[in-house]
Amino acid sequence: MVLIKMTGITKDYRMGEAVVHALRGIDLEVEGGEFLAIVGPSGSGKSTLMNLIGCLDRPTSGEYYLDGRKVSDLSDDELARIRNKSIGFVFQTFNLLPRTNCLHNVELPLLYANIGRKERERKALEILQEVGLGDRIHHNPNELSGGERQRVAIARALVNDPSIVLADEPTGNLDSKTGSEIMSIFSELNREGKTIVLVTHERYIADYAKRIIFLKDGKIVSEDAGILR
Amino acid sequence: MDAIEGVRVALDAIRAHKMRSFLTMLGIIVGVAAVIAMLALGEGARRQVEQSIKSLGTNLLYVRPGSVRRGAVRLGAGTVRNLTLEDAEAIRAECPSVADLAPYIGAGAQVKYGNRNWSTYIVGATPEYEAVNSLRIEMGSFFDLTAVRTKARIAVIGKTVVENLFGDEDPVGRIIRINRVAFTVVGVVAERGGTHWFDPDDMVIIPISTAMFRLFGRDRLSGINVKVWSEDRMKQAMVEVEDVLRRRHRLDESKENDFTIRSQMDIMSVYGETARTMTFLLAGIAGVSLIVGGIGIMNIMLVSVAERTREIGTRIAVGARRIDILSQFVVESVVIGLAGGVIGVAVGIVGAQLLNSLAGWNTAVSAQGIALAFGFAAGVGTFFGIYPARKASRLDPISALGYE
Ligand SMILES: Nc1ncnc2c1ncn2[C@@H]1O[C@H](COP(=O)(O)OP(=O)(O)O)[C@@H](O)[C@H]1O
Ligand SMILES: [Mg+2]
Repeated sequence: MVLIKMTGITKDYRMGEAVVHALRGIDLEVEGGEFLAIVGPSGSGKSTLMNLIGCLDRPTSGEYYLDGRKVSDLSDDELARIRNKSIGFVFQTFNLLPRTNCLHNVELPLLYANIGRKERERKALEILQEVGLGDRIHHNPNELSGGERQRVAIARALVNDPSIVLADEPTGNLDSKTGSEIMSIFSELNREGKTIVLVTHERYIADYAKRIIFLKDGKIVSEDAGILR
Repeated sequence: MDAIEGVRVALDAIRAHKMRSFLTMLGIIVGVAAVIAMLALGEGARRQVEQSIKSLGTNLLYVRPGSVRRGAVRLGAGTVRNLTLEDAEAIRAECPSVADLAPYIGAGAQVKYGNRNWSTYIVGATPEYEAVNSLRIEMGSFFDLTAVRTKARIAVIGKTVVENLFGDEDPVGRIIRINRVAFTVVGVVAERGGTHWFDPDDMVIIPISTAMFRLFGRDRLSGINVKVWSEDRMKQAMVEVEDVLRRRHRLDESKENDFTIRSQMDIMSVYGETARTMTFLLAGIAGVSLIVGGIGIMNIMLVSVAERTREIGTRIAVGARRIDILSQFVVESVVIGLAGGVIGVAVGIVGAQLLNSLAGWNTAVSAQGIALAFGFAAGVGTFFGIYPARKASRLDPISALGYE
């Protein structure tokens, strides 16, 4: 089943007079259950593509179908709902709320899904235990190591049981050992059936994925479906 | 996200910056407290004036020389000598609704006892003054007709005068000097209670003849206090007194009264009106500080939005709608406003108490005052929270997430 289908997607950023063509015609299909890595040099448009897939932004042109629904036809509130229920974001800089403990950070998507307090706590606790932080739930992010923070962020991405997890350079701020630990969590999630789209510029990280696409100057330049494995 | 969660999120954010939130609230606290204290002060003054006017006696008409017309146009026109003892006797003889009356002549003067000085109001009166004005004599006695006939130099003094000249000393039998004329104190009037605007205890009463011929050197009356038989005959009494005086003063149809008759009600409403105006003026000035407090809220909320740009981006990424972000920040500023309001009400009530016990001013905190100040605080919180909240809700999530 095709989960993500993009055709002729472009994205321009207007910077005063100048126009930056961040994406110049992307055609992409991702099946449910895939583990895809998007690789490319800095400035090639990886994050831009990620934000479009994640419904955080709208393309300048082109068509995007998510789970059979045409995203350009959806209202802002419907996009918010998709981000809330169908997509889980993991960022390079974790983006956890400061001065808010792990439990409440993980509960955040459930809050916007109008789920009651008890149920939120139960779910958040369960997910935190799964990522190995059951004993850290009342710690604030600044009391955790980088690897632990990213686990909290992953727990937050998973708590609403989304079908897709989007991770933009999730290991970028971590040492390679911790990075590998985080990547094995993604592998495990993929084995359990989650669709994972990962952005990275590091080859060894991309190797965790089953399929790799290369981006350069806003275009997909080649595909590599596990040939290098 | 429902309302309760919204408030919880707001409280968390406020708790996260305790000092800053408190300083922000301070503007509102000061504003609300000031409004409540000012309203309490005004209300206290109004009640006090009302009470002390009532304490002057019931069913009274106050007849004063001169018309109520404003401006000085009339001064000097015709005879100024327009209320006399003969007028008073005529009213007593010809007005069936009048039970009693007390003509008097009054002026301010310096009173001395030993080396102490007090500037007060001297009333030259007849013995009827005691009953008409419902005076209670606490020590000694009031003077009688003989004292008036002999132009005796004796005085009955009010509590304020006692306090300022004698302190704890017994004043009866002592000699005081009014404009260098020696008087013997024969009585003290029991306290009637007053305000800073109006103190019926701040006076010295002496025989009217003594006042006219030994002290002031004039026989024009300052007024006649008229006691009416009963409350329901007040209107009738006014008409009777007016008729007598117009006839005696030979005022034809074309001429207006050269005297004024007012009831306690009239006086009370004049004082009440003044007190109300003062109250609103003071509360209005205090209200300005609430507005300033509101601008403080807006300022801090703008800082907060700028500081929490990344948080806002994160919330949007995990599914917050624009309305969720908007309401989050509005609720936060409303909570600051309301919390400031609650504390401000408490501070205002305590402040009003302190004004009462330390400064001795009468204050009365009213429920409407509290509701008004509190509602205003909530309104200020909402109004000044909307702009920063809109700003937050319109942030572009992409750049918000990339914000360093
Ligand atoms: N919000 C923005 N405004 C203007 N230009 C942007 C914005 N975001 C990205 N760009 C530009 O678009 C291009 C692609 O950026 P990005 O998708 O972040 O690349 P990557 O993630 O591969 O490093 C870059 O040239 C970048 O400068
Ligand atoms: Mg990037």
